[in-house]
Amino acid sequence: MPESYTELYFPILLQAGVAVVLAAALVLLSYLIGKRVRNEVKDLPYECGITPTGSARERFSVRFYLVGMLFILFDIEAIFLYPWAVIYRELKLFAFVEMLIFIVLILAGYFYIWKKGALDWSQKPANER
Amino acid sequence: MQTVLEHPLFLPGVVTIATILGVPLAALYIGLVERKVLADFQARLGPMRVGPHGLLQPLADAVKLLMKEDVIPTEADRALFWFAPAISTFTALTALSVIPWSPQFYVVDVNVGLLVVAAMSSVGILGIILGGWSSNSHYPLLGALRSAAQLVSYEVALAFALVAGVMAAGTLSMREIVEVQRDRQVWIVFDNFGLMLIPFVVYLISATAEANRIPFDLPEAESELVAGFHTEYSGLRWAFFMLAEYAAIIVVAAVAVTLFWGGWLRPFPNVGWLEIPLNVVLPMALCLGAAWLSFRLAPRLKRPPQRTGLRVVGMAVALVSLVFLAPGPREAIVPLFWFFAKMFVFVYLLIWFRGTFPRFRYDQLMNIGWKRMIPIGMAALLLNAVVAMAKR
Repeated sequence: MPESYTELYFPILLQAGVAVVLAAALVLLSYLIGKRVRNEVKDLPYECGITPTGSARERFSVRFYLVGMLFILFDIEAIFLYPWAVIYRELKLFAFVEMLIFIVLILAGYFYIWKKGALDWSQKPANER
Repeated sequence: MQTVLEHPLFLPGVVTIATILGVPLAALYIGLVERKVLADFQARLGPMRVGPHGLLQPLADAVKLLMKEDVIPTEADRALFWFAPAISTFTALTALSVIPWSPQFYVVDVNVGLLVVAAMSSVGILGIILGGWSSNSHYPLLGALRSAAQLVSYEVALAFALVAGVMAAGTLSMREIVEVQRDRQVWIVFDNFGLMLIPFVVYLISATAEANRIPFDLPEAESELVAGFHTEYSGLRWAFFMLAEYAAIIVVAAVAVTLFWGGWLRPFPNVGWLEIPLNVVLPMALCLGAAWLSFRLAPRLKRPPQRTGLRVVGMAVALVSLVFLAPGPREAIVPLFWFFAKMFVFVYLLIWFRGTFPRFRYDQLMNIGWKRMIPIGMAALLLNAVVAMAKR
């Protein structure tokens, strides 16, 4: 049995390394044997055949940020459940009640954001409802 | 020689190389299976030209992609454009390092195996976002944003489903998860009087969304976004995104098999008299059946090389069936057989979804993720916790 963390996780690193080598080798190979004929029109961004309408570096809907933030909150809460799930058989009722309180707190927040409309993707602005 | 074989890194090294070389090949052939199965759903033949019944088509595709011209738009952020497909592929391949294919055949068994898989598939999202953003074109940007929002939405439900599975197993190590199922003589999916089926269904739906498969393939939505985040990609870097997608399917299927469907265990591992019918007769019957089918279909092919080819395939499959007769090799190969057989069921299921379901609209997709899957996942988790507490 390997003793240290480094020893234990080294095979993952090995696999990651081999994956990187494979990816790099294939890209290099394709770079070497693929032909390249460049011209100005071909290198334009693709927009179904029309001339590109401006840069794509523009503002996008704030909803994407909202979803991102909600995800971070809920995913961290889900991560907290993992250690509990592993040992809840040993900790019995005590840990179960503790986790129940935690989940009820999550659910309270969840229903709050639901009622606030943060989960409605196609929702009208608040002043039109 | 003896020292090389006994080195602690020898087996992980072999499995690593087998995985890294095998997964792209498997991805190519899952692609062929997908084309064939979809063709069958639509009463077509699918690829038939390259090799007998299109059996060499994936290799031809791979060579074609390797030799394709590789276009980088002038507006694109070149460094990220190069880097993004590599991230997707790399994460999907690395996640496979903790999958126990059989009791001996795995790269590593860390005590947080399932977390490694979850973490790696989360990082894989980065490849999609960066790929779409760095193209500096409208369709890829939209595809990348959508895909980011979709993946994070389903990630939460997926985590709840996995936690329910972990709760039943009591460990995060992938190998121990299977061993627990062997010792308790029940696959986790049938645990708690069958109530674990609910988290499994939540897992299946969320995992379909995580793997960007129809009906959740909004990031690629051909009918509205051209090709979504990889619109600007061509040649081998496009192939990397495809490889990442199929590798993600393999990861999803492997996790489902390990956590819910008993990993490498055969069905009814505790019923002794099923040993011979399930571990010898069934695999042999499958192989010989495939061989018989190859020989029967061979005369119908038009070109002689293809006829010979199909017969050679039939012979090879028939030879493989002999391995199941020898007790020694059987010990090693039967767990692999069951793992891959179960995985194939999931792969087939995902293809079946693709042939059957229409795509969701984006707001429907987000609603299902946040308003259905998360509450159901959470309720299933609590229900199973209560039942498992009460059972003891």
